[in-house]
Amino acid sequence: MTPVKTRTSRNDVGPTAVVPESAPPVVRRRRKPLTWDKVSFFGVFLGLPLAIYIVFVISPFAQAFYYSMTDWSGFSSKMNFIGLENYRKIFTDDIFMKALGNNILLVIFLPIITIILSLVLATLVTVGGSSKGQIKGLRNSSFYRVVSFFPYTIPAIAIGIMWGQIYDPSGGLLNGMLTSLGLDQFKSYAWLGDKSTAMIATMFVIVWGFVGFYMVLFVAGIKGIPAETFEAARIDGAGRFRTAVSITIPLIRDNIQTAYIYMGILALDAFVYMAALNPGGGPDNSTLVMAQQLFFTAFTKSQFGLASAMGVVLAIATLIFSGIVFLVNRLTGGDKDVSN
Amino acid sequence: MTSKLASEQRTSLHFNPSKSATTTSDKVVGAVSHTALTIWSLIVILPLLWTFMSSFKTSSEIFASPFALPSQWRFDNYLRAWSEAGIGSYFLNSVIVVGSALVIVMVLGAMCAYVLARYTFPGSRAIYYLMLAGLTFPIFLAMVPLFFIMKNLGLLNTLPGLILVYVGFALPFTVFFLFSFFKSLPFEIGEAASLDGAGEWRTFFQVMLPMAKPGLASVAIFNFLGLWNQFLIPVAINAAGPRVLSQGLAAFAGQMGYAVDFGALFAAVTVTVVPVLIVYVIFQRQLQGSVSQGTSK
Repeated sequence: MTPVKTRTSRNDVGPTAVVPESAPPVVRRRRKPLTWDKVSFFGVFLGLPLAIYIVFVISPFAQAFYYSMTDWSGFSSKMNFIGLENYRKIFTDDIFMKALGNNILLVIFLPIITIILSLVLATLVTVGGSSKGQIKGLRNSSFYRVVSFFPYTIPAIAIGIMWGQIYDPSGGLLNGMLTSLGLDQFKSYAWLGDKSTAMIATMFVIVWGFVGFYMVLFVAGIKGIPAETFEAARIDGAGRFRTAVSITIPLIRDNIQTAYIYMGILALDAFVYMAALNPGGGPDNSTLVMAQQLFFTAFTKSQFGLASAMGVVLAIATLIFSGIVFLVNRLTGGDKDVSN
Repeated sequence: MTSKLASEQRTSLHFNPSKSATTTSDKVVGAVSHTALTIWSLIVILPLLWTFMSSFKTSSEIFASPFALPSQWRFDNYLRAWSEAGIGSYFLNSVIVVGSALVIVMVLGAMCAYVLARYTFPGSRAIYYLMLAGLTFPIFLAMVPLFFIMKNLGLLNTLPGLILVYVGFALPFTVFFLFSFFKSLPFEIGEAASLDGAGEWRTFFQVMLPMAKPGLASVAIFNFLGLWNQFLIPVAINAAGPRVLSQGLAAFAGQMGYAVDFGALFAAVTVTVVPVLIVYVIFQRQLQGSVSQGTSK
């Protein structure tokens, strides 16, 4: 029984007031009298947010599934139900399949690179200190944490534009540094214009933007582990590396799973970064992602039915990805409570 | 003599291992850690510093040498970015939209989370799962229908429309985070308030909301960053409306191919980056705290 049901309020005049004191107190009133206070309270507190949420979030999601089975081309009200025809069209469209492939590439590499890098940095910050006495972090560790978090406060579009300039073949920072190191072959190398490096260069930008955030997240997770656990491991003779692999990672496993899912969802979207770095999809569509193709199909070609089907594919890909992460975590023993 | 030596030896035996350990292996690990972290910090800071420096250069200076300091510290790049490229008005629009959306979503989200966390009524589970669905599906799925909903409501390409959509999409995160927060507040306090004669409204606004301040602050920070950085929603439903900053920046960079004014572009990026960065550095302590709060569940 939740305490709520037995709560009485002064405003509940009526039955409560006239119940004789001798009445058995075990009688639970299922229905409380509706006062204006209560009605207005529920109406506003629940009704207002829900109305906005349903109109602007839930209903578009639901409509997208229906539109995806129509040949709707937008501004005319005429639309025919064509079943799964759009999906057939999508999966036989080479460009969309190329975009899907790029998203899969991103989803495989982005989370793993970001998480490993941020996990290493977080471990260095938290347990890189002296191996004797109290378990301590590194000196000046908060400086590293604050600096690493900088990119997360920068709008993704600004990150994209900034790195677009850094990668600039002639006036960019990267080629400037490389040529000053004597690597003259990079004098006017177009990192984003070459098929072989465009994707890697783009991935680096996204990793750059998120490592600090996940580092802070993991630092918080590691700090939540009781110091005794680390001390016990040290007394048992575990070195730093062993401690990190056998103690730290299993204990912040939930954080890692969350990070993996967030990063994967981002990799399946990646629209902003791609739009800023290579708006046209890159050389040979090497950085084209599904989201860009969707946006182009909807708002340039006005094929709204087809674009909605792409949205559904994107959503299903997201759900499949989350499912896989949960499953892998479960199968490798993630549900076991390692903290005891 | 011998006994003194022996005692010396004993003390040295007792103390030396720890000392030598601190001086060798720990030093190596410490040095390696500092080096690795310093390298990453440089990778983070250098692009930002370079952007900042380039924002004072002319286009020809930028192309002449990416490293050279500007010949003089001129601010006309900023003036051009601010007025001619319209970054100033975009900035103002962003402040209006994000500010209003933030206030509304915090109030509505707190109300909704409070009701869901504190009252059991038929359908409360369903609402909870509805919120979960909103968090799970990618925003992209909603874009096409949303475009036409906004069009039919006459809100397409308007700032109020943008505010409402921001509120809608920030709501599920807000409700989820605050749901667990309100659940953790002791029930006795609500009861005490109602015994003292406070109605539902007063209990919420004068008792519960002030108690939820730490949680509200954390969610507000994340909502702010999320909404300030939002790009897809304005580009999709506000393409022809008064631009917000992220959108305006993209448009400015998009024209760059034709009229090369890189100095002004760098200035525009700097104007976008610096205010939030300064606010972050001031409040970073609270933010670190809220990250740990947000993930400790």
